[in-house]
Amino acid sequence: MLINNDDVKKIAHLARLALTEQESKDFAGSLSRILGLIEQMNAVDTAGVEPMAHPSEAALRLREDVVKEENQRDQFQAVAPATEAGLYLVPRVLE
Amino acid sequence: MSHYHKTITELGADLQAGKVSSVELTQAYLDRLEKFKDLNAFITVDSVFALDQAKTADAQIKKGKNSALTGCPIAHKDIFCTDGLLTTCGSHMLANFVAPYDATVIKKFKDAGSVTLGKTNMDEFAMGSSNETSYYGVVKNPWDQDKVPGGSSGGSAVAVAARLAPAATGTDTGGSIRQPAALTGITGIKPSYGRVSRYGMIAFASSLDQGGIMTQTAEDAALLLGEMAGFDERDSTSVDQAVPDYVATLNDSLKGLKIGLPEEYFGEGLDDEVASVIEVALAEYKKLGAETVPISLPNSNLAVPCYYVLAPAEASSNLSRFDGVRYGHRAKEYTNLDDMYEKTRAEGFGAEVKRRIMIGAYALSAGYYDAYYLKAQQLRRLIANDFTEAFKKCDVIMGPVTPTTAFRMGDKTDDPVAMYLNDIYTIPVNLAGLPGMSIPAGFDKAGMPVGLHCIGQYFDEARILNVAHQYQQVTDWHQKIPPGFE
Amino acid sequence: MEWETVIGLEVHAQLQTKSKIFSSASTAYGAEPNTQACNVDLALPGVLPVMNQEAARMAVKFGLAIGAKVNKRSVFARKNYFYPDLPKGYQISQFELPIVGLGKMVINIDGKEKVVGITRAHLEEDAGKSLHEDFQGMTGVDLNRAGTPLLEIVSEPDMRSSKEAVAYLKKVHELVRYLEICDGNMQEGSFRCDANVSVRPKGQKEFGTRAELKNINSFRFVEKAIEIEIERQIDVIESGGKVVQETRLYDSVKDTTRSMRSKEEANDYRYFPDPDLPPMVLDDETIEAVRKTLPELPDAKRTRFIKEYGLTNYDAGVLTSTRALADYYESVCSHVKDNAKLAANWVSGELSAFLNKESKDITESPVSAGQLASLLNRIEDQTISGKIAKDVFEAMWASEGSVDEIIDKKGLKQITDSGAIEKIIDDVLAANNVQVEQYKNGQEKVFGFFVGQVMKASKGKANPGQVNEMLKKKLASA
Repeated sequence: MLINNDDVKKIAHLARLALTEQESKDFAGSLSRILGLIEQMNAVDTAGVEPMAHPSEAALRLREDVVKEENQRDQFQAVAPATEAGLYLVPRVLE
Repeated sequence: MSHYHKTITELGADLQAGKVSSVELTQAYLDRLEKFKDLNAFITVDSVFALDQAKTADAQIKKGKNSALTGCPIAHKDIFCTDGLLTTCGSHMLANFVAPYDATVIKKFKDAGSVTLGKTNMDEFAMGSSNETSYYGVVKNPWDQDKVPGGSSGGSAVAVAARLAPAATGTDTGGSIRQPAALTGITGIKPSYGRVSRYGMIAFASSLDQGGIMTQTAEDAALLLGEMAGFDERDSTSVDQAVPDYVATLNDSLKGLKIGLPEEYFGEGLDDEVASVIEVALAEYKKLGAETVPISLPNSNLAVPCYYVLAPAEASSNLSRFDGVRYGHRAKEYTNLDDMYEKTRAEGFGAEVKRRIMIGAYALSAGYYDAYYLKAQQLRRLIANDFTEAFKKCDVIMGPVTPTTAFRMGDKTDDPVAMYLNDIYTIPVNLAGLPGMSIPAGFDKAGMPVGLHCIGQYFDEARILNVAHQYQQVTDWHQKIPPGFE
Repeated sequence: MEWETVIGLEVHAQLQTKSKIFSSASTAYGAEPNTQACNVDLALPGVLPVMNQEAARMAVKFGLAIGAKVNKRSVFARKNYFYPDLPKGYQISQFELPIVGLGKMVINIDGKEKVVGITRAHLEEDAGKSLHEDFQGMTGVDLNRAGTPLLEIVSEPDMRSSKEAVAYLKKVHELVRYLEICDGNMQEGSFRCDANVSVRPKGQKEFGTRAELKNINSFRFVEKAIEIEIERQIDVIESGGKVVQETRLYDSVKDTTRSMRSKEEANDYRYFPDPDLPPMVLDDETIEAVRKTLPELPDAKRTRFIKEYGLTNYDAGVLTSTRALADYYESVCSHVKDNAKLAANWVSGELSAFLNKESKDITESPVSAGQLASLLNRIEDQTISGKIAKDVFEAMWASEGSVDEIIDKKGLKQITDSGAIEKIIDDVLAANNVQVEQYKNGQEKVFGFFVGQVMKASKGKANPGQVNEMLKKKLASA
């Protein structure tokens, strides 16, 4: 078992996923198996190999600083769970 | 009237010649997909929406303001945002999400005058190889309805295989176009990374995702890819390179074509029947003047582990936006903000999506980054380098798309690792960003289709389409229709 | 025990681009909620970021101005965390390879120079705003600000007092405005600061545990917040406790700092290179083109003002505090003959006082540099006295006309005709016999009284120099 129940809970919170006890146990099992698969990577020595983040070597394209977007608040908020006075509503945020 | 056996190329000609109207054609397909709705290939069909587009197309054809695709019905994988249509990505999370904008691919097809027939079923957020992770239920393989169609573009594959749509868009992150195309006996192309805009295509793993097309023939694939490919200023990973006329080179001779056969693609794990179908197909290519050369992709056997770090890592971050704040599902009951997040995401995502988010978050978390994420990126480089080396010896690479033909539903749902290994031949191609195709090449003894994998050099889609088309001129595997759907 | 304070600052400067860093939505301040949040800013499914070239140029400009290493290859990374004002669930920032590397700034503390190291400056996107007024017990989220480009300027922990921290912050503030990359408006949040504060026994090498003070929105509060935090930390340690590494918020009303989250979770941001954005590569040509747009920087300008205009250190400092003020001053100087000192007094005195009173920026001054120069020229050629000039200036401020028109209209022209002045003096002396006697008896202080009376009689227009001289003569012979 590479990942235990506590690890699962920690990661689940990082990822904001509520899990039942049973789910936590199941995930500990399946995630451990997957990590077992992943650790096969260790068979290859990659020392000094440049990591590859993108399939192409192209550099970032930069766009001109021009405003092109118009106000589409109504369309965008039509699919929102809760809005008021143009604001998205969320459970109280306390600082 | 029966048009359903026709290709896009043929339907386009019929429409231009006035032999059929787009409304008639669209209605015929709508009737047919209603008739075979048990296959569960579609999540959303909006006939009013489709017929409306068909009417517009007919008017355009009359005015002569049209393209080769005007009036042609096309199905779209439900991963592409379609303005005014439900876009679920196969997830409960987006069960109520009517996209307020069009993906670039959708816009291009719209501009070309094609008709959106419906949105096809898929594995949730494209995470799956069997279509069994869809919130909207599994899609049945028309060749054997107890078997999976592959995934994640399973709905698109079945729509084309059962002739419910003449063509359908798909996306391929680790094999999601090629694998279901292979398992359902159709033609599918995953272009080079950067060839087709990802704008509006709901992201799974951004550095691997690529949109493509699933069709009956390579000829249609050439036509449709030409339409959907091209530079998009809204996608920073889109490549600013002109799109060649893929149809124009379809008939180039294959004389002297060097086909690389990677030894790793023919080793342990490959089903004997699949292997012999591939062997026969290669013999056909030799008849067409091609020669085969042995090559090696020594690191490809580690592509699956590498992929299952990188793809989940990107996915865990890409899927953070589904938080119940601006769109999509929000839990009804919660005690505070974190509780709202956790319940919304627990309810909105299925088990496989959660599993991948967790793997990804773990691989990126403090203390593991170097061992997992960085290591995987280094391995990715080695895998890509293998292809570069191999292409010094050959023009295209061939092999099987999958180790076996379609498996039974439920066979691999309890064992994610077994499921993942299904994509062992397709994943290296995504890691390297290369174009790849699945070409119908025959059947196993149980009558299930086998796909021939054809991998091209970076941005050399024209060549693999040409190679596939020439094969389809001398074989008829691509014309086979599942029994009961003729 | 004697304690030493260690302070490092993280400044977030909003770059004054027209559009956002990764979308084409407007960055204008003050719009209706969510009307400037496009689908990219809202993180709708499927959208992608596209980088704004102007934001990159502005960052390069800053890097060049502080003599830092500008990295030709920089990488955008994702910083993952959940918060309602962060639509994607991650912030696009720069982590391992920022656009600006090591640099430094020189601050002046009690006439002594001190170097503050700059660790790095990187590009990132701003978050939206949570509005804490009550909406049926919920919080409202406005995402107009989401995606506004920020340059985060991170200093080394080089400062040893709140005073140094403020001096550094002011220096950065002045510079970004000079470079015209940030409007510096702290009220609107376009220039914000977090302070990392720790204390350690004097002489100890290792740093103490630091607390991060968040979003302190004025220079005064920076100083107070740091002072209070230093006291708090010393109290904690001296009473046997330990400082915890945490984020604290300064409460300007209660004048305290408090922990921002009761249950401080270990933040694990899971940074990784953003797969949607290939590495940003800047060529020499681009960097050189930006270098050409660099203005004369504040320190260089100050030195030149001292040399060229013969100003004091202090005056030069005031006049170069913003680029616009310095430009105004130089424009005045170009119109007056050899009296840069007078121009300096007027610009930093009368003009600045009027601007302050009406909360106006120098660029909004109703009196142009040319007009002010004409006024100074009238003082110089003795058409009016310095005192009368103040009245004229007030009329100019109220747009009552040109300098000469106002002088004419109000009859303020100085009386330099000695005959006319003599006449006034004679009248004054004749009317004040008692004081004349006093003066003769050695009470020389009544001289001032006579000057006052003469000026009063002339309505302030008599040339004061002439009045003095002639009065002395008259009284001596009286």
